[in-house]
Formats: sequence, structure tokens, C-alpha cells
Amino acid sequence: MNWTVSLTVNGEPRTLALDDPRVTLLDLLRERLHLTGTKKGCDRGQCGACTVLVDGRRINSCLTLAVSLDGAEITTIEGLATGDQLHPVQEAFIAQDALQCGFCTPGQIMSAVGLINEGQAGSDPERVREGMSGNLCRCSAYVGIVEAVLDAQATLSDTTERAA
Amino acid sequence: MNRFDYVKPSTVAEAIAAASAPGATYLAAGTNLLDLMKGNVVRPARLVDITQLTELTRIETSGNGDVRIGALVRNADLAHESGFARDFPAVAEALLSGASAQLRNAATAGGNLLQRTRCAYFYDAASACNKRTPGAGCDARGGDSHQHAVLGWSEACIATNPSDFCVPLAAFDAVVEIEGVSGRREVALEALHLLPGTTPERETVLAPGEMIVAIRLPAAARAFARHARYLKVRERNSYAFAVVSAAAGLVIENGTIKQARVALGGVAARPWRARDAEALLAGRPAEPDVLQQAAEAALREAKPSGDNAHKIPLARSLIVRALQAAAQGTPSRMPALPASPFSSIPGVLHDA
Repeated sequence: MNWTVSLTVNGEPRTLALDDPRVTLLDLLRERLHLTGTKKGCDRGQCGACTVLVDGRRINSCLTLAVSLDGAEITTIEGLATGDQLHPVQEAFIAQDALQCGFCTPGQIMSAVGLINEGQAGSDPERVREGMSGNLCRCSAYVGIVEAVLDAQATLSDTTERAA
Repeated sequence: MNRFDYVKPSTVAEAIAAASAPGATYLAAGTNLLDLMKGNVVRPARLVDITQLTELTRIETSGNGDVRIGALVRNADLAHESGFARDFPAVAEALLSGASAQLRNAATAGGNLLQRTRCAYFYDAASACNKRTPGAGCDARGGDSHQHAVLGWSEACIATNPSDFCVPLAAFDAVVEIEGVSGRREVALEALHLLPGTTPERETVLAPGEMIVAIRLPAAARAFARHARYLKVRERNSYAFAVVSAAAGLVIENGTIKQARVALGGVAARPWRARDAEALLAGRPAEPDVLQQAAEAALREAKPSGDNAHKIPLARSLIVRALQAAAQGTPSRMPALPASPFSSIPGVLHDA
């Protein structure tokens, strides 16, 4: 039996035929769409490396069946920049040296974008740390990550205020 | 992960019919189910995907003031719904103390109630587990049991229920609305989960095919909104299951406790309502010796199931602290680290 899944991935409509319902969103992105920016860390929802946005909300793509998401809008790390212009969260991660090996970074960045969209943490480092606790970093770049999230939050709220 | 049949019904009735087949199970967000399937801990023959049943995604207030939470309301959406968080702050705090932001964005209210134990021996398909394979034995007995039950356990199973959400729900008399082939019924949340006895594989009162469609909090639970907390001891500050947790709600008038609600998490196969403690608190002042007596009463029947005797005094201390925190008043803003026993107590460092 085949299942058809229609998704909008980074703004582009995609219709995929799946011959197996076991495919997770993570495996669909990496193996079928070759969007390998989203990383497979633990594959069990414990490390956050696979974080993507589904309809604007951050989730663990390893614990989601692709077939269940028919009609959803997916944003991955590949969809964040506008041409050569990096997203403010990406820029902040570079500016704050918020990584070492980089494996967890796409998940960290997508999680940070989700956190800022949620609007619960503001400029409070303790709330940022708590809000980012679903993303592990084995190089322990946490200090830089929190600084980067706070920087990006400030940049994005400035932009919003100017636009208002 | 085993192969399975996948169906996506568009009505509750179709879903119930599809899930009544042997080996069928409901799929909501899948944050627990897919994890279990990846480890071959569960091997369902059919997944009935209910995520399209939009009628289950609403939070409604009925005429009598009860709040009805649809089974598919996401944990994060419920916790951040401002009216809900104001009226049921301990429930919101429990939700926000669980899992990670990513998981809370996906996981549903109904799914939270039906999440499986985090006993490592249940998760490890190579270990003996009476819950996974009835009659196989229990490797947790005599094994690494420092996180296991101290109340309501049996020789067959010493696993605990890992839910945070269920603890304040039990304290505040939540009701679970269930729909099945023979119609709709209701059970108290406190009675949803079964103690293991000799049949630890039976975890809830749900019959095959029955679906949780909603959870209702009674209007009367709002009376505790000014003095309600959920506190949770974890092995790390965030993103960890409870070692022990406690929900506490008080109605205080002129320095006297008029009504009290106390429930514990992480101590048994179900959220553990402490009615003896509640009865002892009613009519008395929220003073240390009174709170201590209530904590003693709550754990009177407790006994270790292995290397977990420490959880008994820990639970007593946490009850006292949760009651103190509740008596001080619900914080005007959700604490930065929800449910931390340390973060919002004046004079205590959050990471002490």
C-alpha cells in the first residue's frame, strides 16, 4: 500500500509517495529530500538535534511520522536564510561563537527560532536556558548559545518595533 | 520498529471502530509511542491516527464553569492559555515542568494521561518485565530500583507513572471523558490508572478501542488558584522525569486552611492523592508542625520496593515545601524554572 504526503518544505510544495508508513519526518527530510542539515542524534527525542518547525512550532522530527503530517508546513535549517542573507539567529550563533563541532547547531538554531516565536523567554537568560533545555550540546557551548539567543531575541524585537 | 497498518479516520466513531481491532492502538503526537516502537517495546499491528479529529483540539468552559480540555490539545497550548493558567496554575506549572519545549509543542493532553512508565527494565526488551510480557518476571526487583515505587507496588511490578500533568489533575478532581463502541462514560482521573497487583500489564481502566476524548476540571478547582503549586525533584534542573513530585492547593481564610488538596507523583503506578493529609490540614493553620503532620500522614503506608527508601523522606519534605509554597501564594508569573523546589522560595538559590 502507498501513502501520499503533501508538505510545504521551506516554502516549496512537495508531494511524496511513501511505500512504508514508518518513515519519520527526520528520515523523510534527510533520505528522501536530501535536506541533511537536520541532524539525527539520538533518534529518540532526547537530544534535540532533529528540531525543525512544523507550522511554525519547534518539534522533534525524529518522533513524528511523516504520513501524519499531510498538509503541514515544514521549515528546516536550509530554509532559514534569505539568499545570502543569514537569519538573525544564524548570525548571532556565529557572532557569539555558539558552537564547537557544529553537529547540534542546526537543531539549536531551529529551537532558538521556535523559542523566540513562542515569546515566553524574552531577555531573561534563565528562561532562555530552560526554554533551550531540549537541545543538548556535547561540546558544552551552552554559554555562547544562551548569549546568541539573547542577541537574536534583541535584534528581532528591535526589527519588530521599527516595523510597528 | 515493526511494520503496521496505518489508518487516518475522520470521525471519532470511525476511529473507535478502527481501534477496536486486536493489536490496534491510537496515534496522537506519538512522542512516547514512536519511542517505544523504535525500541520494540510495543509492536502495534495498526496505528489509528487521530490527529485530524479537530473536535478534540478545543479548550471550552461549560455553563457550570467546568473546563473541558480536548484530548488533542497540545501540552504547551494548554499551559500557555492565559485563562487556564490563571485558574489552574498548578496544572500549568506541572505541564511546563515536563519534557522539553519541543515535546510539549507536540504532546497531547490525552496522550500524557496514557504515557507508559519510564522503568528502564520495561524499556529494555532484553530484560524481564511483567508489564511487557506477563509472567516473565521483574528485573527491577533487586535491580537498579532507586527511581521505583514506594506506594501501591506489588511483587509483580514496582514501576511508577511518569506524568507530571496527572498529579495536579488528581489533586483537583479532574474527570476523564471516554468514548467507546458502547458509548460515552466518565471516570475520575484518580481512578483511570490501575495499581499493578498481579496484572501489571493492565495499566488503565480503558477497554480495547476506548478513547480518551476530553479531560474536565471542575469549576470548584478554581477556589485553589491563589494558593496552588506543583513542585518536582529531578536529577537535573530541567528536562527530566520526577524523582518525586507534589501538587498542593489550599483555600486559606483568616490564616486557617479551609480546604487542602495534595497529590504525589513519581511514587506509584498512578498519581497518588493524599486524602489523609488533606483531612488533617482542613481547619488548621499553615504552620510547620501541621504541614509536617500532613506529610507524615501522606506517606504512612509507604515502603521501599528496593533501593528507594530515600524517596519516602524526600516525598515528605517535598509535600511540606509544596504546601509552604502554596501558602505563600501562587507566583504572579510562572517561575523561570517551573516546579523547581528551589527557584521561588525566598532566600534559596535555584541551583542550591
